[in-house]
Amino acid sequence: MAFRNYILVCGGTGCESSRADQIFKNLIAECEAQGVADEVQIVKTGCFGFCEQGPIVKILPEDSFYVQVKPEDAKELVAEHIVKGREVKRLLYDKEKSAKHAQVEDIKFYQKQFRIVLRNCGFIDPENIDEYIAREGYEALEKVLFEMTPDDVIEEMKTAGLRGRGGAGFPTWMKWNFTKQAEGDVKYVVCNADEGDPGAYMDRSTLEGDPHSVLEAMTICGYTIGAHQGYIYIRAEYPLAIHRLEVAMKQAREYGLLGKDILGSGFDFDIEIRLGAGAFVCGEETALLQSIEGHRGMPTPRPPFPAVKGLWGKPTVINNVETWANVPVIITKGGKWFSQIGTADSKGTKVFALTGKVCNSGLVEVPMGTTLREIVFDIGGGIAHGKKFKAVQTGGPSGGVITERDLDTPIDYASLQRIGSMMGSGGMIVMDEDDCIVDVAKFYLNFTVDESCGKCAPCRIGGRSLCNILEKITRGSGTLEDIDRINEIGLAMKKGSLCALGQTSPNPVLSTLKYFPEEYMAHIVDKKCPSGKCKKLISFEINPAKCIGCTACARKCPVGAITGEKKQPHTINPAVCIKCGVCKETCKFGAVEIH
Amino acid sequence: MAKMTVEDLRKLREKKQNELNKRDINGKDCQVIIGMGTCGIAAGAKVVLDTFLKVLDEHKITNVAVTQTGCMGLCYVEPTVEVLVPGMPDTIYGKVDADTVRKIVVQHIIDKKLVADHVYDRPSADIIKNGGR
Repeated sequence: MAFRNYILVCGGTGCESSRADQIFKNLIAECEAQGVADEVQIVKTGCFGFCEQGPIVKILPEDSFYVQVKPEDAKELVAEHIVKGREVKRLLYDKEKSAKHAQVEDIKFYQKQFRIVLRNCGFIDPENIDEYIAREGYEALEKVLFEMTPDDVIEEMKTAGLRGRGGAGFPTWMKWNFTKQAEGDVKYVVCNADEGDPGAYMDRSTLEGDPHSVLEAMTICGYTIGAHQGYIYIRAEYPLAIHRLEVAMKQAREYGLLGKDILGSGFDFDIEIRLGAGAFVCGEETALLQSIEGHRGMPTPRPPFPAVKGLWGKPTVINNVETWANVPVIITKGGKWFSQIGTADSKGTKVFALTGKVCNSGLVEVPMGTTLREIVFDIGGGIAHGKKFKAVQTGGPSGGVITERDLDTPIDYASLQRIGSMMGSGGMIVMDEDDCIVDVAKFYLNFTVDESCGKCAPCRIGGRSLCNILEKITRGSGTLEDIDRINEIGLAMKKGSLCALGQTSPNPVLSTLKYFPEEYMAHIVDKKCPSGKCKKLISFEINPAKCIGCTACARKCPVGAITGEKKQPHTINPAVCIKCGVCKETCKFGAVEIH
Repeated sequence: MAKMTVEDLRKLREKKQNELNKRDINGKDCQVIIGMGTCGIAAGAKVVLDTFLKVLDEHKITNVAVTQTGCMGLCYVEPTVEVLVPGMPDTIYGKVDADTVRKIVVQHIIDKKLVADHVYDRPSADIIKNGGR
């Protein structure tokens, strides 16, 4: 026998600390007291991603969303909602409070997230075209082919205000329009699926969860600009995404949604996949086009832009996966609908891969204008293990860090740039007090040095020099002059590099230097690493007052650096110690200390 | 299927929407949808899929369709599974392993009770009308 109601009580860390457990117990007691215990099931659930309004209680099947519930509210909730079937209005989340969302009517909101790009991810079987079609799939293509002229499509895209989601944020309609107006009988449509930022996996997940949305969008663009061939450039290390794209393309061709005479309209368009070898620079559009043509993936100077002279010298539209996935929704729901979401100059949503030291890591899609605090502390549930927030890194190796001070910045293209970071493709890595900021900067720089194609000197030599300086600082041999050198080289790279990879690669260093000068100084002047990450600057010692001589650390030490009698304080031989930290993790008494 | 015209596409869409609304997937009224992106698979979604097929078979349950979907975005609780059973709220379970699968089959599908400690909320509202839910 199924229950009549289900009460879900948030069991996330945020709500637990605001007495969700007591609410849970009170609800059980009240259901028994009021004689409805066998009609209701009460369970604890994971975080609702809305911690600021916690503790949260949701009652099904009505979908009533109660916020800021107190343990003493349990009686009323049971008496009113469960017994009498009336919602407790004073505890309901008032959607008027959510100004960003209030404009988009007819959808019940309580979440911070709003999914346009990820609309089908987690709903449909990506290998079954019928499920995509059932959820408004290929409705946009149908509309475009039979009801709209290419100019209408451009106009709709202009109204929508969609900007490129791959990094720089160029207006998509303008890109399409340039290509449409460019002279030439052969034109191309390209999808940039060469996602390569450390910690970013938005595009992979989109392709794996909803491949048809990209195929449909590229076909729409083909019709708009007058192209008949599209290419998806995707890295070979995304095998599942490639497989699902191939399945999707095969099914679309069988249905006549791709290929000759699409839906009997007379319009031909087909797509091919080109595999990349996973070079980061191939995410840069001119290098990507070189790679498709079979050349070594190296950027070429712009102008000419791909819109004028792109693939094989022909006018080409190139957009990234996330940008494409927005297009069918803009066509079916209208540019006006889309433009209601987001901020004045950044419309729609942005997908972020939220990772690092956050409780609820995951793929999040939020309206532009959402603050970083909402993402990290509501959706992300805050910092794991009760540690202190230090910074968020956005924009991958091209971006910068954002500190506590700027957490309330609404996310859009301009405001992120103002605080020294950038939208980038959407990697968002959260750092806590245990992360060394110089070490983080070194990590990103090492990445771009590895990935630099070597064509231009500022990037090739500048990146290496910066990297050497950071290496020196983390070894404790940095000098104050090094700070000036970093700024000088960084500026030269920004001004002189050929492509965005070189132009932006000093960003992680410059931005950490700007926001955490004291941490650089600690490394340079005091020869200390405050978070204990830089091995050359730390030593492990056992506090004899705390050590009980259990020998656990000595047994775990991989190099036998720890000695001591049983039940006597142990010592670490610094000459042998490799600073791996195993002893610190092993000790149950907190006797191993970092100095 | 042969190449479609616009009319064919519209008819197919309507037919599929009706099937979803009526919860009729090849004559089965219950559905188990497993998140099988790279992330889900890495976290053990394949074991979950195999266990579902095995346990449903053990209990001789034939009205449950087991299908796959992409990443739902709840990376911290992968593998995730959505369970649709008539008369029950659509439920997302996270941190699912072989043991949880047994609990879902016995408690949720057979006894019509939610499996505590694994229930999660869908991270956002659905923007698709007639999405079949």
